[in-house]
Amino acid sequence: MKKIIISLYAVATIVLMVWGFYQAIYVAPEEQTMHEVQRIFYYHVPSAMVAFLFFAVSLIGSIGFLGFRRSRAVWAQISDAWALAGAEVGVVFCTIVLITGPLWGRRAWGIWWTWDARLTTTLVLWLIYVSYLLLRRFAAGPQVQTLAAVLGIFGALDVPIVYMSNRWWRTQHPAPVFGGGPDSGIKDPAMLAAFGWNVLAWLAWGVLILVLRYYVERQQQKIAEHEAQEALNA
Amino acid sequence: MLHALWTHLVKDLRIEWRSREAVNSMLFFALLVVVLFSLAFDPRGAFSREIAGGVLCVATMFASVSALNQAWAREIRHQVLDAQRMAPTPGAELFLAKVLANFLFVSVVQLLLAPVFLVFYNLHVEGQAWQLALVLPLGTWALVANGTFFAALSIRSRNRELLLPLILFPIFMPALLAMVLATTSILTGDSDPTLWIKLLLGYDIIFTTVCLLLFDVVLNAE
Repeated sequence: MKKIIISLYAVATIVLMVWGFYQAIYVAPEEQTMHEVQRIFYYHVPSAMVAFLFFAVSLIGSIGFLGFRRSRAVWAQISDAWALAGAEVGVVFCTIVLITGPLWGRRAWGIWWTWDARLTTTLVLWLIYVSYLLLRRFAAGPQVQTLAAVLGIFGALDVPIVYMSNRWWRTQHPAPVFGGGPDSGIKDPAMLAAFGWNVLAWLAWGVLILVLRYYVERQQQKIAEHEAQEALNA
Repeated sequence: MLHALWTHLVKDLRIEWRSREAVNSMLFFALLVVVLFSLAFDPRGAFSREIAGGVLCVATMFASVSALNQAWAREIRHQVLDAQRMAPTPGAELFLAKVLANFLFVSVVQLLLAPVFLVFYNLHVEGQAWQLALVLPLGTWALVANGTFFAALSIRSRNRELLLPLILFPIFMPALLAMVLATTSILTGDSDPTLWIKLLLGYDIIFTTVCLLLFDVVLNAE
């Protein structure tokens, strides 16, 4: 039953992604100043939204692990699996943001990269979560979950400070499209629809990968637990 | 009250006074970094003032990692760390003592390095020189507090010496940015460093608090 649901969900996701692609490339009107290049927006921004969402999942998982680790062992393991899955899939989406951003910037600004607030914050965020994954890889034994949870909290705490410090330093990235003032927001309904479909499609796709990664991690935890039990019994 | 902190601090200072391992190795390492940067960038005139702040901060950062790696490695031998975990004193005191000791070591290195720096980069401070006495300790505290915490965290991993800079540097980045920009604006006298000093202060308060709160978790991680 579980497999059928996941398969159906995967099919629906693929349909959504095809529909999103069609909307972004063929239906949405051409932008006035940036022309065709602006279409990368429909991939860049949804990826960024999904990445930030999954880093938040990772943070909640880390806090959950530290909260439950003494009282409810199973909940703690579930939290840890979410923390790991969120960080891993978040890093993948953040990488997409960091690749599509310079591609766009090269045409729109004439440069690949600039040390502006949002770019630097995203890069530092990526570095922090890569170091989180490295810690999980390097540290061995049962304490790795605790150490990783602590680092996860530190990393999340660092992000607003990085953002503020860079905003005071310099800013080139365009003002937020949504909620950035009275003039912000996408005015063309066809553009808004294409954007909305792509957010939905990439979110669905991200959640699929996230849930699969979570299941794999849970299975691995159970195998490790089983092996530890076997070793005790032997 | 704070008895354990004092005991740990005196012990660390006494060990350092007898061996002078940390200060000597940091001093030489920082000197090497300064010389290497001078060779790589050929600092002259106004340009030397532009980069001097960055070089000083990065040299301190690299040098302190070598000492921070040793800070807990000493406690691993003879199971001292296990004994400290069993001791009925709060881990925060142990942590704070380590931070204070390493803060003193790094500050000594900076004081000894300062004249060399002024000579190599032909510096004369254009802005308010006394502000440096605010910026450098604040930046050093940010580095040492986080560094000591992450050294305790990475001591449990397989490649501990390698892991510390990998997890410390990304977290330290905003403080490094503030430290470098404040130092540069003091040296060049072009802009007002107050904003960056405030940022450093905020960073120090936030991260020192979180380190103190979470240190017991790291110390007793099983």
